Amino acid sequence: MAVPSSSTPVLSLRGATKRFGGLVAVNNLDFDVMEHQVMGLIGPNGSGKSTTLNLISGALRPSAGSILLRGAPITHLRAHAIARRGVARTFQLVRVLPSMTVLENIRAGAVFGHRRRWGHEADAFATQMAEKVGLAGKLAMRVSQLTYIDTKRVELARALASEPRVLLLDEWLAGLNPTELGEGIALVRRLRDEGRTILLVEHVMDAIRSLCDACVVMAAGAKIAEGTPDEVLSDPEVIRAYLGEEDA
Amino acid sequence: MTGQELRALILSTLALAAAAALPALGSSYWLTMGVTIAMYTVLATSWALFSGPTHYISLATAAFFGVGTYTTAIGIELLPYWTLLPIAAALGAVMAALVGFATLRLSGVYFVIFTLGLAEFVRQIITWVQNLTGQKGLYVLTDLTEKHIYWQLLGLAALVYLAGWLIARSRLGFALRIIGDDEEVARHVGIDTALAKIVLFMVPGAVAAVAGAMLAPRYIYIEPSLAFTPMLSFQVVIMALLGGTGRLWGAVVGVIPFTLLWEAISASFPNQTTLLLGVAFLVIVYLLPRGFVGLLEDARRRLGGGGW
Repeated sequence: MAVPSSSTPVLSLRGATKRFGGLVAVNNLDFDVMEHQVMGLIGPNGSGKSTTLNLISGALRPSAGSILLRGAPITHLRAHAIARRGVARTFQLVRVLPSMTVLENIRAGAVFGHRRRWGHEADAFATQMAEKVGLAGKLAMRVSQLTYIDTKRVELARALASEPRVLLLDEWLAGLNPTELGEGIALVRRLRDEGRTILLVEHVMDAIRSLCDACVVMAAGAKIAEGTPDEVLSDPEVIRAYLGEEDA
Repeated sequence: MTGQELRALILSTLALAAAAALPALGSSYWLTMGVTIAMYTVLATSWALFSGPTHYISLATAAFFGVGTYTTAIGIELLPYWTLLPIAAALGAVMAALVGFATLRLSGVYFVIFTLGLAEFVRQIITWVQNLTGQKGLYVLTDLTEKHIYWQLLGLAALVYLAGWLIARSRLGFALRIIGDDEEVARHVGIDTALAKIVLFMVPGAVAAVAGAMLAPRYIYIEPSLAFTPMLSFQVVIMALLGGTGRLWGAVVGVIPFTLLWEAISASFPNQTTLLLGVAFLVIVYLLPRGFVGLLEDARRRLGGGGW
């Protein structure tokens, strides 16, 4: 295996495939996410985007193919081992820890994630991440008291608190109202400007255009296009996949 | 150490000292009750350490307890009594680790059935071995009196509380709270959920085995149906749930009233004890889902206390 260098992709999928019985949810998928890159994974509903994130994070095991983190295979590792190697994620349907405060939720990432902290150090870092996502002053609140966007912020801060090598955002902007959406996009842009490596599944086109350096477009489990957002969104095959045959 | 922790430590020490003075009353009835209460406190508290955060209902208490009892029964001929307690602890912990490894990856229902079956399984093995050798039971003859057994159990209870307090402050304790809230999140923040549960399950395994080893001299004559009685597992579950599993001190709040009530029931209705045990279980599940602890905390919140 090659020594990781700046030219080694942070994350690589090679022939990644997931079958559920007869259904091929992800079909022979190849792509690379480079360091400091924000990669968008887009496509119509049911095209296999979330399944792809689940394969990377270890929530599901690939049926075939391999997934590499900085050149080292993580294909058959369990989710906790993948998290420790530096993959952090948010969930399509928000998952926060209901019995805990905002600070404790975020500390979960700081204590058990890629870079592990404990005690005051964990608290200080979790607090710093809370401030970064706009939760300053809400640290002692129970998550049940939060607005929807704030629960999403908690999830994001929990993922950031592990200092991941790559951050997976599964429709992090979905379900936000127009005002919140503006705040959400601005927040992800700040993460991008910090030089973080992000793979995001998204439906919001404004977000894709303004945030992503590159996009992979999926349809029916397979990659149908890859390039900058402007390139792929004007690709006839992509338009056909989104709008159907007759409108193309 | 914070002021609150210091206060808790002083209160616990005073409670332990008061409990240790019980034999001074000179009442053999209350000493017997004291042994029963101390035994169930140890068993229910250690049970709740595991089942509270993970929500797995373990019915393996009798299996570990029985193994501990037989450790003393078999070992007393060969080794000094005091060396048998750590041996029982090690056996209980290893057995719990094996059970955990085999079942904790499975969902809760399989775990409950497996742990219930485990006690019966071990009991049948011992019965089978005894049939081969022609023995029916084993005698445990020591100089230990009721008073000594009581003090040993109190010491074990102190250790269980100390272990619970240390676990709650550790990474393991934090990991278990996360697992209890959302296991999927726990895995994805980097927690080896299976390992955390196995390690934690070794605590009630070891504790129940030591308790069994300590109680053996009290029974004098040990046979499988006594050492591995499934009633023990059910009573521990009921007492822990009655007290509440959310707090370390919850179990003892359930153990004391239940033991006294049970004593009254057994004395007045000796033939209906199992029926009344079932009724007690239903009442707890329907009326006190969070046990006495939940009741106390709600009352305290209404009074505007809060924050503890």
